[in-house]
Amino acid sequence: VSGRGGIKLKVNGKKRVVHAPPMARLLDVLREDLGLTGTKEGCGEGECGACSVLVDGEVVASCLVPLCQVDGAKVVTIEGLAKKKLHPLQQAFLACGGSQCGICTPGMIVAASTLDEGATLDDVKNALAGNLCRCTGYTKIYDSVLAVVGGRDEKKKARKARKAPRAVEGGR
Amino acid sequence: MPKRKHKKGEAGSVGRNVQRAEGVDKVTGRARYLDDLRFPGMLYGATVRSSIARGRILSVERDPGFDWSGFTFVDASDVPGKNHVAMIVPDQPILAQGEVNHREEPIALVAHADRARLAEALAHVTVRYQPLPAVLDLEAATEVMKEITIVKGDVAAGLAESDVIVEGLWHTGHQEQLYIETNGVIAVPPAPSLEGGEAGDGGDGGITIYGSMQCPFYVVRALATILGLPSEKVRVIQTTTGGGFGGKEEFPSVIAAHAALLARKAGRPVKMVYERAEDMVATTKRHPSTVRHRTGLRKDGTLVAMDIDVRIDGGAYVTLTPVVLSRAAIHATGPYHVPNVRIVARALRTHTPPNGAFRGFGAPQSQFAAEMQMDRAAEAVGLSPVELRRRNLLKIGDVTATGQRLDESVSAHEVLDRALALASGWQRTAPVERGDGAAHPLRGVGVATYFHGSGFTGGGEVKLASKVGLELTDGGVRILVASTEIGQGTRTMHAQIVADTLGIPYEWVETGDPDTARVPDSGPTVASRTCMVVGRILQRAALDLRQELGAWDDAHDFRKRARRRLESEGPLRIIAQYQKPGEIEWSDETYRGSAYGAYAWGANVAEVEVDPVTFQARCTRLVSVVDVGKAIHPQHVEGQIEGGSLQAVGWALLEDVVMREGRMANGQLTNYIIPTTLDTPEMIVGIVENPYRHGPFGAKGVGEAPMDGPAPAILAAIRDAVGARLDRVPATPERIMEAMRAGAAGAREVAA
Repeated sequence: VSGRGGIKLKVNGKKRVVHAPPMARLLDVLREDLGLTGTKEGCGEGECGACSVLVDGEVVASCLVPLCQVDGAKVVTIEGLAKKKLHPLQQAFLACGGSQCGICTPGMIVAASTLDEGATLDDVKNALAGNLCRCTGYTKIYDSVLAVVGGRDEKKKARKARKAPRAVEGGR
Repeated sequence: MPKRKHKKGEAGSVGRNVQRAEGVDKVTGRARYLDDLRFPGMLYGATVRSSIARGRILSVERDPGFDWSGFTFVDASDVPGKNHVAMIVPDQPILAQGEVNHREEPIALVAHADRARLAEALAHVTVRYQPLPAVLDLEAATEVMKEITIVKGDVAAGLAESDVIVEGLWHTGHQEQLYIETNGVIAVPPAPSLEGGEAGDGGDGGITIYGSMQCPFYVVRALATILGLPSEKVRVIQTTTGGGFGGKEEFPSVIAAHAALLARKAGRPVKMVYERAEDMVATTKRHPSTVRHRTGLRKDGTLVAMDIDVRIDGGAYVTLTPVVLSRAAIHATGPYHVPNVRIVARALRTHTPPNGAFRGFGAPQSQFAAEMQMDRAAEAVGLSPVELRRRNLLKIGDVTATGQRLDESVSAHEVLDRALALASGWQRTAPVERGDGAAHPLRGVGVATYFHGSGFTGGGEVKLASKVGLELTDGGVRILVASTEIGQGTRTMHAQIVADTLGIPYEWVETGDPDTARVPDSGPTVASRTCMVVGRILQRAALDLRQELGAWDDAHDFRKRARRRLESEGPLRIIAQYQKPGEIEWSDETYRGSAYGAYAWGANVAEVEVDPVTFQARCTRLVSVVDVGKAIHPQHVEGQIEGGSLQAVGWALLEDVVMREGRMANGQLTNYIIPTTLDTPEMIVGIVENPYRHGPFGAKGVGEAPMDGPAPAILAAIRDAVGARLDRVPATPERIMEAMRAGAAGAREVAA
């Protein structure tokens, strides 16, 4: 498939030509050939979602995608989300505590970026069901995502969750 | 703008949700994790592992027909120093020598510049064994690694005077930490041109390790021993770490030593990163446990005696097992006042991969049993589980099993009250037939209470004698600690404590990288000690700095003084060391005294639905309330509580390590299931702040505590929903079905 000219694809808006075996994992091509290490490997079997990227707008586990399959495709990675400023989801993950150890964060944000405005909590849960996080218990990830794409009520709730909670003073 | 939101540049950050120190790097993908690093000329390493549980090694043969050029090969004969991992007992070889004692035990190492060729090389190494009989589980184990006895009062007399005695036998299995970033390191030998010596091990410029880890100085000690080097020749730098949960407490010493041996032999940097399957089968897990209880009560529900036998499975080598056992033993009564106690705790050796640190460190296992037992006892005396707890929860002035009088910061009642208030209206629902003939899920509610000691047990902190550093920078101060950021918010929280103690903005405080060549040893990042213990030492360092600079009027005055001081006298570095609070006394011989300076107190209420057709249980809502002393960063504290609670939900319902012939049979994410978004209950978190006077701003520990309560609360909810009492976690559909068919299982009451 690759031929002499290599495989052509668009990564984060830039045309790239990759000379790698056609069955090379997209994950390795991104990380090793293109130096885009923001996409992470968590399991190598498509279960954890740490390697999520967009291929022609669809979320895929890049550890399961061979290079030949993205010939001519548009690929977006975490590095492609922030323009001059952080992407609203990146800002929200910072503000709402959606990122702890951070290893799932790039994949999580990329997966969440496909959600449409007006998403409900269930929409968020379904969209992120293929992305594992072992740190947060997901709650602050929901807050982060809903703060950006949620309906009015969800946004309000997420903003409230961002505030320092009122703790109960112990007295005994 | 939310009223309490912290404004950039403002002093007074404690108690506010300032921006995570390394947050921008993490959300943009710029943070550099171990596998994101490459060095010129770097090789990749892989491990030859034992395929049997126990036996003598007859030979390790490299296929002469295979082209070994370009490969580096290392076995036990290449270990220049002592062939053991320096931890508590020197029983674990870094590479097996003459015998293997568990499946997947490392025997030899190979490295090559092309990662893709490693599997091929491993296939051309043949290990011949003479198999020996192996002990593969706790039930069969007899060899005691460590035994601890705790006695208070007279348990025989206590049981004799009890109206009711409840007996129970409770089990928990392995649990995998499952950090999303697997274990990985890069060992870099000195470049010959820079150090003036030979490459690799010839010149003895030592070794530098980059790695994903919790405890850089553990790695220094282990490598100095294995490589036969003075400690200062081993430099360890923690890279951005994708989760730890205990799984990167002691294990990184093993993989770092492997990479170092290869790197010194090859004279080139060597990267070792485990694939997920290797990480799951070969690295440490939570200790399986069996706990036998005899609980004596009066008719009114007052606890009179607890006779507890705790057994945990250490695996093949000791690693941290004695300390895990200690925490399990000390927490075995649960957070209750019991006049007569006998706890006999034993760790046993099996020929399975060594078990090690995992969030909670023994306390989740022994308190699971204690809480299951309390529910059993409540039924036996005819009280509600809540009422039985209320009558026995520890309060100020009470004395624990080790004889520690609790004089401050005790919140067992508050956390329970608050948890119940947050779960107001939750109740069991009776089975309802739906119109379509399908059965309605059965809903139940369960409660658990727990405590969790902050910091190292007993005299542990005195032995650690942790040190921290603070140095003046051009615009503020820099924190120098070996404490690692592994997601929990260490950097942010430490900076907040220092900023507020100095009265300067949070943004003026930076944190140096945990690089053992540059930072003092502030101890391991474990045991819920990084805020309460290390944070307190940092606070003292900040006070010393104040003294050194003279009082300042405001933050800007501080900056002026700092600059003047740097110009006139050069760099200023303050080092402060742990000081033991006067009232803490502990004896390792008798196991009497103040086991911990302070305790976090917690309560959970779980709501569970059980499908009567598939027997699958789902936790639908979970209240987690923890007294943390003071929430330095409330959002991160909530994050710890939510994340820890979900790991406990996984342990309770999903995470089943299946061991077959001494090896994890389901070592893949496809069939070892951790909670996804769809398995996650609605989390309702409550923070209680009952200050501890020796914690920074009153703070205690929070990291481990949330792991302790949810599992027994969920099993109590299953009992409430369907009447089945399971005697172990996880509560898989098969076990729920069996328990429902068998009726009440796991425990029996005896009328005395």
